[in-house]
Amino acid sequence: MSRDMTETVPQKEKLVHRTLTGLNPAIESLLAAAVGLIIGAILMLVWGYNPWKAYAALLQGAYGDAYGWASSAARGVPLILTALTFSICVRAGMTNIGAEGQVYMGAVAAVAVGYFTLPAGLHLIVGLIFAMIAGAIWSLGPAILRLTRGVNEVISTIMFNWIARFLTFYMVAFVLVDPMRGEKTISIPVSARFPVLIRGTDLSWSIFAAVAFAIVIYFVLWHTVTGYEVRAAGLNPSAARYGGIKSKRTMLMAFVLGGLGAGLAGATIVMGNPPTYAIISGMPQLLNAGFDGMAVAMVGRNHPIGILIAALFFGGLTAGGRTMQFTAGVPLEMVRVVEGVIVLTMAIPELIRVFRVMRSSWDRLMSVLRRRSA
Amino acid sequence: MNWSFLTDLLRISLHAMVPITLTAVGEIVGETAGLFNIGLEGIILISALAGALGAEAGGPMVGLLAGMLVGALISLIFSIINTYWKGDQMITGIGINLFAAGFVAFGLIRLGSPGFHSVTRTAQIAKIQTPIGSLSPMIFVALVVPFIIHWFLKRTRAGLILKAAGENPEAADVAGINVNLVRLLATTFGGVLAGLGGAYMSIAWFGSVTKDISAGRGFIALATVVFSGLNPLLALLGGFIFGFFQSLATWIKTLPSKPIPWQFVEMLPYIVTLLVVAGAIGRVRFPKELGKPYKRE
Repeated sequence: MSRDMTETVPQKEKLVHRTLTGLNPAIESLLAAAVGLIIGAILMLVWGYNPWKAYAALLQGAYGDAYGWASSAARGVPLILTALTFSICVRAGMTNIGAEGQVYMGAVAAVAVGYFTLPAGLHLIVGLIFAMIAGAIWSLGPAILRLTRGVNEVISTIMFNWIARFLTFYMVAFVLVDPMRGEKTISIPVSARFPVLIRGTDLSWSIFAAVAFAIVIYFVLWHTVTGYEVRAAGLNPSAARYGGIKSKRTMLMAFVLGGLGAGLAGATIVMGNPPTYAIISGMPQLLNAGFDGMAVAMVGRNHPIGILIAALFFGGLTAGGRTMQFTAGVPLEMVRVVEGVIVLTMAIPELIRVFRVMRSSWDRLMSVLRRRSA
Repeated sequence: MNWSFLTDLLRISLHAMVPITLTAVGEIVGETAGLFNIGLEGIILISALAGALGAEAGGPMVGLLAGMLVGALISLIFSIINTYWKGDQMITGIGINLFAAGFVAFGLIRLGSPGFHSVTRTAQIAKIQTPIGSLSPMIFVALVVPFIIHWFLKRTRAGLILKAAGENPEAADVAGINVNLVRLLATTFGGVLAGLGGAYMSIAWFGSVTKDISAGRGFIALATVVFSGLNPLLALLGGFIFGFFQSLATWIKTLPSKPIPWQFVEMLPYIVTLLVVAGAIGRVRFPKELGKPYKRE
């Protein structure tokens, strides 16, 4: 039977198949994105919107002109960093969903540095360092619970996210509050802001901070002993232990590196996004930065370069989502629905195989129906 | 001193216990069979909305059914991906949670009330008058279900099959058990209970849906499962403990003297969760193949 099959499959299709599996990671990401957008369209139809109009608006808003590209990139900046947080821990064999809370803490630290008076440039750097340290400190809690007590990091990081959320609410309302305007924190002074990169857009020099961090992480993971140990621990923990790698140390490294990235993400949001340069009450600009980063990490296949591309895609979804809300009337939340479906699809390892099975069962169903009707 | 606050605390604790206990007991069934569902948070969230819509369309019972149905449907998707398609359980769960957050926020906007939807009074489940105040009948459901599940897991053949699928899927497969089907059914059942918990929150407890109504309860339920060591009776106790600290937070917030800022009071259930899980680990043993897809060699 199998012999029969191989002989009937044309040579050309076999070749295509091989190319597909060779390109698997990128193709699968594209497939997942397509599935997400299609299911999003179906839901829009069900709820009575025009998906065609909505996606046209989204595309126009995200990549239609230079302003769109700049907005997409600006939205992508924190996502690059939170995606790296998630990816580093995936590489080390852990599921760290704590970037969300670490972003809050980074943003709080960055705003707190706004009280200092320092020369321009130096002030910015001090702010970034404080934010990164704050993010890393917030990542230590789950790391220590995991290392000393074996507490599953999925549970602990979520709990730390909620604690960070209420801590930030408190800091915004009582500690860092703007004495003139109670609904926001003080604004970060000009000396600690990222200069705007393209005038008239949200895109600031913070993008270089994010890209630099991605390069550093790439270098650490693939060109240092620590990075090798992190990746080895993730691929095969028991073999790594046997090879003399101290798995506890590498786990801690992964958490702390991730925390530095998430803290930096918080800093880029408050120091690099005109016009307020402050945390607004209810922190709408910070919410979901960490969770969206996980989707970016998966679509970017947990690789720094993939993450840069995926961040531009998800940044585009958010930036274009605003245009979609404005011109097609579809709520921005639709973007998160699409995101969820993309992540769900990314969870399937042999996505292409599943598609093929589904297609062949569809073909079989069709041929049965055709035979019936004939 | 007025001691009536004690009955208040007990009453609120019992109400807060229900979703956590139901979700945790359902997850115990799923984890016994070997699937680890971190999408419970999203299931609670969506079924809270589904429950509210169902109840407004056809009364409270339809609401509960709608919640259970939605919970079953999402868990079915989760378990198909993680059994037949060998998916990654963590990533699938994260996807469900992201989807649910967007879907419910979107749905609330579509209902014309961004962020908040109040359930009409006639659609809510009526409370029963008792010596300690009015209680939701769902509390009694949450008190009984753990005992039924405990009996099911410990005393029935089906319970044994679940355990085999989680502990040693190869042996179970050789013995003629369809491991993937068992896991799928167990996880879907877990989704039904989580969906019931979600629907309870909107139509029996709060009487409203908000876009973050679940507020981490799915994960607190996961913590309860860790605390319980897969024993449904301990999950009932754990659910009550977490319910108690939630009610304590609610109570402290209503004190006229405001001894602690409300933001710190709100942290209490999450901090307690961390402490309880950290304390529980070590004495607890989980199924050997928990969280790994079963692949026939």
